[in-house]
Amino acid sequence: MKTPMTFKSAARGALLPLLGFAGLLGLWALTSAVLSKDLPSPAKTWEASKSYVVEPWAKRGELDQGILRFAWYSLVLVAKGYGLAILVGTPLGFILGRSKLFAQSFDPVIQLLRPVSPLAWLPLGLVLFQKSHPAALFTIAVCSMWPTVLNTAMGVRSIPKDYLNVAKVLQLSRWKVFKKVLLPAALPYMFTGYRLSLGIAWLVIVAVEMLTGTPGIGGFLWQEYNSLIYEHILLCIVAIGVVGIVLDRLMKMVEDRLRVADGV
Amino acid sequence: MALLELKGVSKSYGEGKSRTHVLDDINLTVNEGEFIAIVGYSGAGKSTLISIIAGLIGADSGSVMLEGKPITGPGPERGVVFQNYSLLPWLSAFENIYLAVDQVFPQLDAAEKTKKTQFYLEMVNLGHAGGKRPSELSGGMRQRVAVARALAMNPKILLMDEPLGALDALTRGNLQSEIERIYQQNRTTVVLITNDVDEGLLLADRIIPLSAGPAATLGPAIDIPIARPRDRKAMNQDGQFRTIRNEVLAYLLGPGSRKARAQKREASGASV
Repeated sequence: MKTPMTFKSAARGALLPLLGFAGLLGLWALTSAVLSKDLPSPAKTWEASKSYVVEPWAKRGELDQGILRFAWYSLVLVAKGYGLAILVGTPLGFILGRSKLFAQSFDPVIQLLRPVSPLAWLPLGLVLFQKSHPAALFTIAVCSMWPTVLNTAMGVRSIPKDYLNVAKVLQLSRWKVFKKVLLPAALPYMFTGYRLSLGIAWLVIVAVEMLTGTPGIGGFLWQEYNSLIYEHILLCIVAIGVVGIVLDRLMKMVEDRLRVADGV
Repeated sequence: MALLELKGVSKSYGEGKSRTHVLDDINLTVNEGEFIAIVGYSGAGKSTLISIIAGLIGADSGSVMLEGKPITGPGPERGVVFQNYSLLPWLSAFENIYLAVDQVFPQLDAAEKTKKTQFYLEMVNLGHAGGKRPSELSGGMRQRVAVARALAMNPKILLMDEPLGALDALTRGNLQSEIERIYQQNRTTVVLITNDVDEGLLLADRIIPLSAGPAATLGPAIDIPIARPRDRKAMNQDGQFRTIRNEVLAYLLGPGSRKARAQKREASGASV
């Protein structure tokens, strides 16, 4: 009785997503054929994108490079901005989680800044730094650090009181409390924050590259729009989605490993 | 001289209308090498009392002295075994104890610290399980590690806050014997908080009932002049055991009960 059930559910697990993608493709094809003549059909998109996908590392010119090469430029930029977000966001989260005074002062500020769009931050970055590269990093960092800040703070706040009491009885130094109690207790939460932050950093990259004209997957998308090569817009959207999923899965693996290691 | 002395200790939580009077006029003297048990109702303030002795929270009034000096904060000379969740889950049993050894004996070198840690692990019969994380140990084993960690602080007094409260009855019995054996071996002064009268009768030299809350206070201390180690099975037949148990229960169900305490407060016109 059990085997056919699992077989059935496995088949479902593989078939249903395929069905979903097929539906999406169908809708796309239908839209391009009936509703919007400017939207390239899936077949045309594939035809125009083939060289970018088949030779993903090619560099035929500044504006004409394989899709993975473009994605790599974007990833490097994201890594820098995201690194900055973690570097600033993690200690901020710790202070927020430890100090009630600090939390009461800055929670409203964070709530105010958190929903601001990257499109709003970038001009401010340009005003502050005068150059597009630091402005891009600033925008990615300031948009993506909030989940890290909030999750770290939550992790620190939810440390069982008994652990801190043990630290008090032992009269551990501040540094030892941090190293032996706060950090390991907050680590799983921190990584949840890191994963969410990375998702946002990747989300922001396209807007940032569009506005600054930085070479990368978002810059390519915008440039191809301006050159009226709409097939490549669709190629970029798919590529951005795929890279996003891969990043999320990788972070999830690290996160799960940490949870298991901590016995949480 | 008394090792630990509490005089007129009171404690309330909260402000204004939500203020609750937890402990009222607690007087307690513990002599060196003595094993005392404080038995009381759940939620009566037993944990608050042990936290005050540990220095984790301050009393509102009264004095708490260890060797004649007032207690101002927590410290390893008062080792605490908490009821639950007190082993750091990301450290192995060995590392949990080592943390205490490392902190209390900074002058030792690494090899000596390791030896000392192993010594305490073996004292609680867990010499083989040092590499295991708390999540891989049973509840009873975890509490044994917690006892070993508290002893590794080389405390003047061992404070145990319902250390066996979360364990099943059989494990509980085993650990009671273990605590007795460790006490015989170390003769460290012990204050054991429990909600189990028989646990107190089995282990303590002196048993003191804590009345029901709010404004819980200690009842009359009762000596247990029965030779140690005591036989659990004899407890139900032995006349002396039964007399003492009845005395403790008479207080807890009589003058120490919630109803009697409330009536007394009403009579004295005290607002709580």
